[in-house]
Amino acid sequence: MNRYLLSMNDLSHEDIESLLATARVDFLDLSKRDIKKVPTLRGRTVIDLFYEKSTRTSTSFELAGKRLSADVINVKADSSAVGKGESLKDTTLTLNAYRPDIIVIRHPHVGAAAFVSRFTEAHVINAGDGMGEHPTQCLLDIFSMQQEFGELKGLKVAIVGDILHSRVARSNIIGFQKMGMEVTLVAPPALLPRGVEAFGAEVSHSLDALAGMDMIYLLRMQKERHEGANFLPSLREYIASYQVGLRHVGKGQRVLHPGPINRGVEIEGALADSQENLILHQVEAGLAVRMAVLYRIIVDNAVADSAAESEPATGEAGSTGSPEKSDTGKSAAQVEEPVKNIHAVG
Amino acid sequence: MTTIIAKRGTKATLVIRDARVFDPGSGIDTRTDVLIEKGQIVRIAPGKGSVGEAQVIDGAGRLLLPGFVDLHAHLRSPGREDEEDMASGTRAAAAGGYVTICAMPNTDPVVDNAAVIASLAELAEADAMVRVAFLGAISRGEKGDHLSDMWDMAGAGAVGFTDDGRPVADAGLLRAAFQAARNVNLPLSLHCEDLDLAGAGVVNEGTVSAQLGLAGIPGTAESSDVARNLDIALYEGARVHIAHVSCARSVAAVDLARKAGGAVTCEVTPHHLALNDEEVRGLDANFKMNPPLRNEADRLALVEALASGVIDCIATDHAPHATQEKETPFEEAPFGVIGLETAFAVLYSELVQAGAVSLEVLVQAMSSNPARAFGLPVPTITEGQEANLCLVDVDEEYEIDPAGFYSKSRNSAFSGRKVRGRVLLTLVAGRMAHNIL
Amino acid sequence: MSGVFVKTVVSADQLGRTIVRIAHEILEKDQDAGQLALVGIHTRGAHLAHRLAELMAQFTGQEIPVGELDISLYRDDVAARGSLTVRSRLAQPEIKGTNLPFGIDDMTIVLVDDVLFTGRTIRAAIDALFDYGRPSCIQLAVLVDRGHRELPIRPDFVGKNLPTSTEERINVRLSEVDGEDEVVLEATREGIEEGQRQ
Repeated sequence: MNRYLLSMNDLSHEDIESLLATARVDFLDLSKRDIKKVPTLRGRTVIDLFYEKSTRTSTSFELAGKRLSADVINVKADSSAVGKGESLKDTTLTLNAYRPDIIVIRHPHVGAAAFVSRFTEAHVINAGDGMGEHPTQCLLDIFSMQQEFGELKGLKVAIVGDILHSRVARSNIIGFQKMGMEVTLVAPPALLPRGVEAFGAEVSHSLDALAGMDMIYLLRMQKERHEGANFLPSLREYIASYQVGLRHVGKGQRVLHPGPINRGVEIEGALADSQENLILHQVEAGLAVRMAVLYRIIVDNAVADSAAESEPATGEAGSTGSPEKSDTGKSAAQVEEPVKNIHAVG
Repeated sequence: MTTIIAKRGTKATLVIRDARVFDPGSGIDTRTDVLIEKGQIVRIAPGKGSVGEAQVIDGAGRLLLPGFVDLHAHLRSPGREDEEDMASGTRAAAAGGYVTICAMPNTDPVVDNAAVIASLAELAEADAMVRVAFLGAISRGEKGDHLSDMWDMAGAGAVGFTDDGRPVADAGLLRAAFQAARNVNLPLSLHCEDLDLAGAGVVNEGTVSAQLGLAGIPGTAESSDVARNLDIALYEGARVHIAHVSCARSVAAVDLARKAGGAVTCEVTPHHLALNDEEVRGLDANFKMNPPLRNEADRLALVEALASGVIDCIATDHAPHATQEKETPFEEAPFGVIGLETAFAVLYSELVQAGAVSLEVLVQAMSSNPARAFGLPVPTITEGQEANLCLVDVDEEYEIDPAGFYSKSRNSAFSGRKVRGRVLLTLVAGRMAHNIL
Repeated sequence: MSGVFVKTVVSADQLGRTIVRIAHEILEKDQDAGQLALVGIHTRGAHLAHRLAELMAQFTGQEIPVGELDISLYRDDVAARGSLTVRSRLAQPEIKGTNLPFGIDDMTIVLVDDVLFTGRTIRAAIDALFDYGRPSCIQLAVLVDRGHRELPIRPDFVGKNLPTSTEERINVRLSEVDGEDEVVLEATREGIEEGQRQ
């Protein structure tokens, strides 16, 4: 992983596979233990900076940090205070003075996470920026799909609903395509962005396109973003034309939804309650995936990387040996200095 | 008097030797010497004639051009003197080779009555480094409800009227404004934008906005309003100037109206000529302006329209903003970029050197055309005329660095760009307004 | 580096006999095999644990539970270990993470690892074990003890003591992973000469 996770464009296919392997191997079963905690990020500080209401993303990031033994601070900022209150730059500078290791940010405006990364030495993770992106949602979706289907290459997925307003759709189109999936977007014209062809996905205005899909990814109807604009002349029309119910789901097809669902709007109640959907698996995956993200963003950027590469004894060829061999007090001391330097130059 | 300039400084006496003197208006394009005495051009001729006390300036390899005229600058005075004021804005203009600029009225308070214009004129007389002309608001407070007193403002020296920053949405009000402006024989400069189509947009609507997840402003939000406004202007037989056109369909509407006999002029900004919306991908708020940067096809249409004369003026839409206002996530930042100090160099490099537009077209669009559009003094390099000119170095490439700007603000879309065409010296009404030699 | 000197210090035969001996020693010490379980530390310790359990089952006729412990999340040097380590671990096709298919409360747990060096891995393993339950006793079996301890940790069962310099490497190779059984000593030529001078 890079220093920041701002967009799915920051990850290669290999990065995604590796990250999700960490989630699967190291973290998926942790919740099943009595002691649901590992000391991995002990002494590290994670700040969750949320400028938007969020339940699942904020709780899952908070729990992920705590289960890794990091000190987790939740800052819930009222976005309506932006403009009259402290600027995002100043908030970031203030929080940065605590020397956090990771800042997780949710913000109503596109690029806020990237903006924050300019004013802190901490790793920055985008937990949703306006209509921009939501990369950890995409990762957990891919994780859930892998758990269900194994290899994803060549599979077909339809993303259905309010694509115009969806940061989840933006990240997922990028992420799913990186995994080799074929993406079809299904929505009424008013809920597709102008310029949608730039995504390189098929576009359909009918649920007929769902036949032949392996997965159906439903998006939440973001009614709060519709105010004052006539995106939909009538919700009844939308429900009649675009609501996905059990009758649309063929054998072997699976349905995903990032939540929270609008039962009876984009998803029929019976489908929401059925075994065909992976919605609760997605929630469970969210925790493991976010733990993996927090862990890997620290480990992958650790300064010893360069040392390990330059010293053959601990390189790939040396992996046949015991892990103890790189385990000397000397190497720990060597690490101390460069860490400080990073703060100085970062 | 419609334009005001401080009477500070003495009239310059100098000779510029061996520059390429280029003034399409007077038909000059030749390497020669120009002798200026007490602010007046007294001799344009090569040779060793007496230059008396004159300071000698080496013009070899440099261009001597008629000074530029900007129809669209926000000087932020009164109200936001932290972003720009009369002294800094006009100093920046001089550094860009401008000899006359038009100050937009969307200040605080709005320039919508003769008293505000009179007080600004007083300020200009004290502080301005270049000629400043004032546009008055079309509607009181730029609220779009009631016409301002154009007759009174014309008397105080207004050179035209605009609600710039906002469109005149009410077509009935616009028609009445054309009638009132015709009565004082002044043009309206129209910011064309259908606010309902623009919605909450912050960038051009298209592939870039789709991918970034930013709300888009479709080109038709501008072009449909351009078409409507020109149609009303034609019906009223009024002089109309279309501000900052940004897309192909607006250009087409202008072309159509002119062919139908309309008294239409229109302007385009350097940033719309040089940049497209791909620049927005980095989410730097210094690429956020209204109208937004359009796609490459629109940009090429603007360049083509400039070359063919459909677009006759270049205006900066110089819009200073405090650093903290632009140092925010893109959607929160205000619209607008500064441009007085970079206009010529950017356009010389991007258009003339690239072969897209001739130097003649560029100089006319920056000087005589805008001057005529608003009835301002036309800068010319002619013996017997007051010196309103600039000397430009077109050889040395330099990197645009906002830290060195005379403007109080730094929100340039061209920071870090390597260009040619640095303005070395500007004479305004015979006085030295800028000199970095 | 001016060339690596490699020397086999424990042959396949010796290695097999050593494991048999450790299996006997564990059974001698831990009389109540019913409460005994082996926990191997990834990767080679896990393979050794399975071999030991198989031998012990032969000797006693009793199944000995075996678990595998992945201590990567318990290391005290997260920042010092780069992605190479993580990636090379993930690159192994059979990575499973921790697998303890039995309760460890009140059990006698024998931790099994291939090489004992600084002791930090063992400390991490003990920490990890306690997150899964409360064993009555933890013992330590290692194939090779190469010295240089940095923590007060002492093995209960040692296959072979191999005094080394810190410049040297001990590689335990097991047929399950490496295709053959042996323990090799790796050193730079300079390191060897240095050792001879001393």
